[in-house]
Amino acid sequence: MFSYYFQLGLRSLRRNPLLTALMVMAIGFGVAASMTTWSVFRVTSGNPIPQKSSSLFIAQVDNYGQGNNDAGEPLPWLTYTDAMALMHAHQAKRQTALYAIATSAVPADPQRLAFPARGYATYGDFFAMFDVPFLFGSGWSASDDEAHASVVVIGRELNEKIFAGANSVGREINLDGVNYRVVGVTDRWEVRPRFFDLDNRGGFGVAGQVYLPFTRALDLRLKTASGITCNRDVGSGWESFLHSDCVWVSLWAELPTAADAERYRQFLYGYAAQQQRTGRFGWAPNVRLRDVMQWLSYRHVVPKEAQISLLVAFSFLLICLVNTAGLLLAKFMRRAPEIGVRRALGASKLAVYMQFMIEAASVGLAGAVLGLLLTGLGMLCVDRVFDPSIAKLAHIDLSLVGLTIVVSVLSTLLAAFYPTWRAAQVQPAWQLKSN
Amino acid sequence: MQIKPIISALKHHKAGTLLIAMQVALTLAIVCNALFIIRQRIEHLSRPTGIEESQLLTIANHWVGKKEDDYSPAKVDVAALRQIPGVVDAYSTNAYPLIGNGWKSGVRKDPQAKDQVGVSAVYFVDDHALPTLGLKLVAGRNFRADEIGEMGQNGNPDAPIIIITKAFADKAFPDGSALGKPLYLGTRGGRPSIVIGVVERLESPSPEDEGAESQYTTLVPWRLNRDFSSFVVRTQPGQLDAVAKAAPAALSAVTRMRVIPDDGVQTFAEVREAAYKSDHGMVELMAAVCVVLLAITASGIVGLTSFWVGQRRKQIGVRRALGATKRDILSYFLTENLLISLLGVVVGTVLGIGLNLWMMAQFEMNRLTMNYVLTGVVALLLLGQAAVLAPALRASRVSPVEATRTV
Repeated sequence: MFSYYFQLGLRSLRRNPLLTALMVMAIGFGVAASMTTWSVFRVTSGNPIPQKSSSLFIAQVDNYGQGNNDAGEPLPWLTYTDAMALMHAHQAKRQTALYAIATSAVPADPQRLAFPARGYATYGDFFAMFDVPFLFGSGWSASDDEAHASVVVIGRELNEKIFAGANSVGREINLDGVNYRVVGVTDRWEVRPRFFDLDNRGGFGVAGQVYLPFTRALDLRLKTASGITCNRDVGSGWESFLHSDCVWVSLWAELPTAADAERYRQFLYGYAAQQQRTGRFGWAPNVRLRDVMQWLSYRHVVPKEAQISLLVAFSFLLICLVNTAGLLLAKFMRRAPEIGVRRALGASKLAVYMQFMIEAASVGLAGAVLGLLLTGLGMLCVDRVFDPSIAKLAHIDLSLVGLTIVVSVLSTLLAAFYPTWRAAQVQPAWQLKSN
Repeated sequence: MQIKPIISALKHHKAGTLLIAMQVALTLAIVCNALFIIRQRIEHLSRPTGIEESQLLTIANHWVGKKEDDYSPAKVDVAALRQIPGVVDAYSTNAYPLIGNGWKSGVRKDPQAKDQVGVSAVYFVDDHALPTLGLKLVAGRNFRADEIGEMGQNGNPDAPIIIITKAFADKAFPDGSALGKPLYLGTRGGRPSIVIGVVERLESPSPEDEGAESQYTTLVPWRLNRDFSSFVVRTQPGQLDAVAKAAPAALSAVTRMRVIPDDGVQTFAEVREAAYKSDHGMVELMAAVCVVLLAITASGIVGLTSFWVGQRRKQIGVRRALGATKRDILSYFLTENLLISLLGVVVGTVLGIGLNLWMMAQFEMNRLTMNYVLTGVVALLLLGQAAVLAPALRASRVSPVEATRTV
């Protein structure tokens, strides 16, 4: 039955090749545009750390007050003073203050030039909090944090460049002329967007290759490689910078349960209230505690281009479907006499439905094949619209191929629904009479 | 031509009529917004930076092991760059137009005032910046070599003298010349900076800046005391590639304790291309979408009208037999399409404006102006007429004999 209807469908499609080609092309273009933009959208809007995204939180404390803050919202970063107060309070299971650093790795071989190595100044909790995978060794301990230890965790790439990929734990590495003892080497860590480093190419920049203890980085006066915003005069010198109202530190806390998060929110509020009482803040507590996905949405991580092009592509698909519906209607109604004969010979309405839906599905399948080819072509052009760091993430995988076929067939069936219904309504007696 | 019979005929083809009208409406909504986006992006990327962009080279540089309190090594580096054969001039700076990010500072006319006159991009430069960039002074003078100072990491950019753009001068001093007047850069209570020169135009570092704000720029005669710097080099015609090769070597000869990233040496043309890449991409994408959409809509109209013509051969034959001319038949189908398309563009105009309003709320887009809608309306009406022409001509060739054939 199925194969008979399929053959009938193919025969009908062959009878009017131009119309068929138009439908297949409309479906193919529509699906390809949607899938190409979707492939970009899904990498930018994905959850970077699904197993923990709802238990990792970033704390924000308004340090500027109404009129100077970000339209009522606290700025995205904290002052050193607030970050340290929150760290020392130890109110979360794990917590880390962090900021991005830009160092230069100096190879031991004096003939080789130094090269840039970006990274983060963090606390030892960072690695367990963010599930950082290790190739060798591990992160450092809380006592290393307290001792301002000269230790470092390096990334796999840096390890390959400096130590030729060998287990470098225990060896020394020179960063900006200062020696550090390697305690761990991280494996490739493909967390995107890098929710804790959104100011570097919107969270899609190269992965950090250097992790230093926050306490040690401050001793060495390493400036942040990301933004600093200051509201009042800073004065000169490192100490006055540290204790200024400039915001530049992020504070992440791991709060496994909703109750923990609520308790931490209360604590943050209490902290800001206390700052108001001591006169440091001249405004009511204005704090935020956002988990990873809330943070990504608040910081608008998905590029405007990705959203607009997705919107345009899906509207495009919709228009293609309306177009296909019109063409199918014409095609099916032209065969009213044929339907009349079939119905008169005893075919049920259901049989007519089946026959025409299968014909439409074969159009959808052909559209899917064209759509896949065009999606492949579209992938090659993704880097013309999007930042290269994002474009290189967009790729065709099995799930995208599956989605392309499903969307193509389903949307064609959707478009075919009304024309098929009309076809099934054909009155056999009337058709036979008029012919 | 009578419209009434056409409408009553259309009533028998509600579904087809509505499908075409819907397709026209959706296409109009997308096309007028796409045209608008294209226009906006083209306007954005063709904005002049104010500098003479040909023969310019930029070099990103990071000094290894430089502490914040050390004096900037830029002076020695720049001297080495100026020695390279083929180099006209060079200077060191924190940023330049289109680089992406830089320093911004609030500017006041009264040091104690809460309100600022504006936020200005700040370029830390020396006396070679104006000739290197080819900036045009419209008033006052350039910095002198003995006026170039050094700056610490944390302070305000409140140098004793500054040069500002004309746009910023007009904003700060709408009633007269800015020359010789003080401005206060940075946080409240800073020191005065006297305006000694006004340049015609100079864009801020971020291509994201919109409108007049992108022209609010201040030149500060200080070497920024950070561990990174950009060098901007003007070469003699035809020497760009040679200098691009020679410059990293010349800098390494000064000291090896530096990092120049792999893509650190760029011509300004490359800087511009990178800065406006996504704009170019959006223009291409939207143009492609418009073309394909119009083609698909046209094909839909051709397909459905052909079907109608086939269906009505008998009626056409009867009309012809009763004295209707070929012209009458042709204009029947053209008018029919015009009516459907009109319904489509009316709905499409509403949809297009709605889409624009939604995008304004979501993506801070500007308000769609009516000419884009009108352009879209005219385009779709013409497209409909063109698409319907072939089937309509075929209909007009139906012979009156057709009336007698079937049954």
